[in-house]
Amino acid sequence: MTGDHQTLALLLFSIFVAVTLGITTWVSRQRHGSAEEFYAGGRLFSPMENGFAIAGDYMSAASFLGISGVIALYGYDGMLYSVGFLVAWLVVLFLVAELVRNCGRFTLADVVAARMSERPVRIAAGTSSVTVSVMYLVAQMVGAGSLVALLLGGTSETARTWTVIGVGALMVIYVSLGGMRATTWIQIVKAVLLLGGTVALTALVLVRFHGDLDRLLRTAAERSGHGEAFLAPGLAYGGDWTSRFDFISLGLALVLGTAGLPHILSRFYTVPTARAARRSVVWSIGLIGGFYLMTIVLGFGAAALVGPDAVRASNAAGNTAVPLLAVDLGGGAESTGGTVLFAVVAAVAFATILAVVAGVTLASSASVAHDLYASLRRRGAKPRSEVAVARVAAVGIGAVAIALGLLARDLNVAFLVGLAFAVAASANLPVLLYSLFWRGFTTRGAVWAVYGGLVPAVALVLLSPVVSGSPQSLFPGVDFQFFPLQNPGLVSIPLGFLAGWIGTVISPEVPDAGKHAETEVRSLTGAGAV
Amino acid sequence: MQSSNDRLRGPGGGFENAVGRRGTADLPPDEASASPAYDDPWYDALATGWGESAGARVPEPASPPTPPEAAGAPPRAAADVYLEVQRSAAFQEVRSRYRRFVIPAVAAFFVWYVAYVVAATTAPALMARPVAGSVNVAMLAGLGQFLTTFLLTWAYARHARLRRDRAALELRWDTQELTRGVRGGAS
Repeated sequence: MTGDHQTLALLLFSIFVAVTLGITTWVSRQRHGSAEEFYAGGRLFSPMENGFAIAGDYMSAASFLGISGVIALYGYDGMLYSVGFLVAWLVVLFLVAELVRNCGRFTLADVVAARMSERPVRIAAGTSSVTVSVMYLVAQMVGAGSLVALLLGGTSETARTWTVIGVGALMVIYVSLGGMRATTWIQIVKAVLLLGGTVALTALVLVRFHGDLDRLLRTAAERSGHGEAFLAPGLAYGGDWTSRFDFISLGLALVLGTAGLPHILSRFYTVPTARAARRSVVWSIGLIGGFYLMTIVLGFGAAALVGPDAVRASNAAGNTAVPLLAVDLGGGAESTGGTVLFAVVAAVAFATILAVVAGVTLASSASVAHDLYASLRRRGAKPRSEVAVARVAAVGIGAVAIALGLLARDLNVAFLVGLAFAVAASANLPVLLYSLFWRGFTTRGAVWAVYGGLVPAVALVLLSPVVSGSPQSLFPGVDFQFFPLQNPGLVSIPLGFLAGWIGTVISPEVPDAGKHAETEVRSLTGAGAV
Repeated sequence: MQSSNDRLRGPGGGFENAVGRRGTADLPPDEASASPAYDDPWYDALATGWGESAGARVPEPASPPTPPEAAGAPPRAAADVYLEVQRSAAFQEVRSRYRRFVIPAVAAFFVWYVAYVVAATTAPALMARPVAGSVNVAMLAGLGQFLTTFLLTWAYARHARLRRDRAALELRWDTQELTRGVRGGAS
């Protein structure tokens, strides 16, 4: 890319950073660390604001760059991702959002621990939440690294490293200074920017084809070299049975994982009531659905206008399809329009990553301080302000994510996100659904459900071709690969549910009918909700 | 949490007429919505007007949930309050309305989604069959997933707004009054 592109993109991105830093200081003025304020932003956001913030938290760079890129390279198979990411919201809306808002205070563990012996359940749920968040963070860090490699062209490793560190440091500043209130506003700004950019690009693609979608699809199919097959599934996942099962596994993880993502769950606590939580999910489903529909147009547009060969030449995983499309739509690499559009897209993508990273860091620092620290600290110790612990935790988690992000920098971003979803679906969703809906659920069942999903999910990832045994692995030199699928969801999600059931059945503990009544009444009516 | 004036009761007492007191249920919906029960800040004029039918009213409890002699009993634990509310007909109705919508809806979209993913990975020939122009079965199925997601979202939001919200809010205030009585003012 030329110097103009880079300068303008960096300028726009600096403006975003400056604006969000301004927001952070503005909203955090004269607000001193109550936990309510730090974790939940005072609980007074409106459903529309929270809907935009949820959409901002959810639409990561993997969606914006990754899905369009997969569509540009493999056609229809990329659409399978967007369908899974969207349908997942029905699980959230029907089974989770309102009930979690009514029962909990800040984290997933609040909901589960209310019915159970508190300490072991909190430790289990806190551990799994932190694990999921760190995996999700690593994916975003890797995305930031690839994006800067794209921006700065044939860039050095040092520049990439420093970008990842810089992104991590910025997010720690946002989170520890601004808490949930600042993070929410950053998500809102980012969601508006991202949607605005996507709408503009989609409109330009449609104008180029005079609104004729049929012609867009036909051109994409011809240009791809695959013909009609480009518009049907099978190019990416149609090979042997292993890759087909791998995709089914990923599909399950996507649809069930969203409801177990800690940073999504914590967003429901920023609104005053369950009704407001429901309305914010309705908002976010509208925004996210519209966004994914537009990424489909952008993906096929990139295939038709840029061509898969040019996309592949720029980045083998297709992550650069949308920036390249922007250059083309603006009038070509040498034109002012192309430079400006490219810079806008790159800056939006950076902003996207930064905002998602802030949201996830905040959620995981809440898990550390509210669940793990509160359960593990010495009995006699002064109940130090949880918020202070959370600020320290944000720094620690940021450091861990930066280190792992540098280690995993050659892995595919969308794929890493898929792993985080698989772990969330295996470890967090079973325990959440059981404790909301199962009268006989016990403490042992809860602990087993968490570890019974978490341990297999993580172990299967470690034994998969992702880590060893293939040229693309994290450690290509060694081979302890045992499990053929890259995504563990197909096995580990049923195991999580099964472990919770077995743990409950063999538990000697008699479930407390009163506690169950309390959870059920509170979850459906909102009685006693904070 | 603020409460409306007509609901204040002495601490510890009045349990039998609390969950059992379904005064607004006897009123026509318009009067019910005008009652001060909805003076709380988060209850922004929900569901008054169109679509509000008699079916959305809070049902009568089948019988008073506690015997009258419990009125003078010593303060009970909060757990008893929740058990009592859980057994009340009003709560059972809210719960069954929720479940009657959610269970079939979850089953339907989950089966439809899994069928879509399995068909896309195992039956590409079927999915590639052309329908009109460059649009094939796979494209229609994918867009169909978007459409059903939007429709189910709309249906759920409407169902909850018209059939559950009012009854749930009534139960919420009643339950909070009761637990406040139990806990001696701490709510």
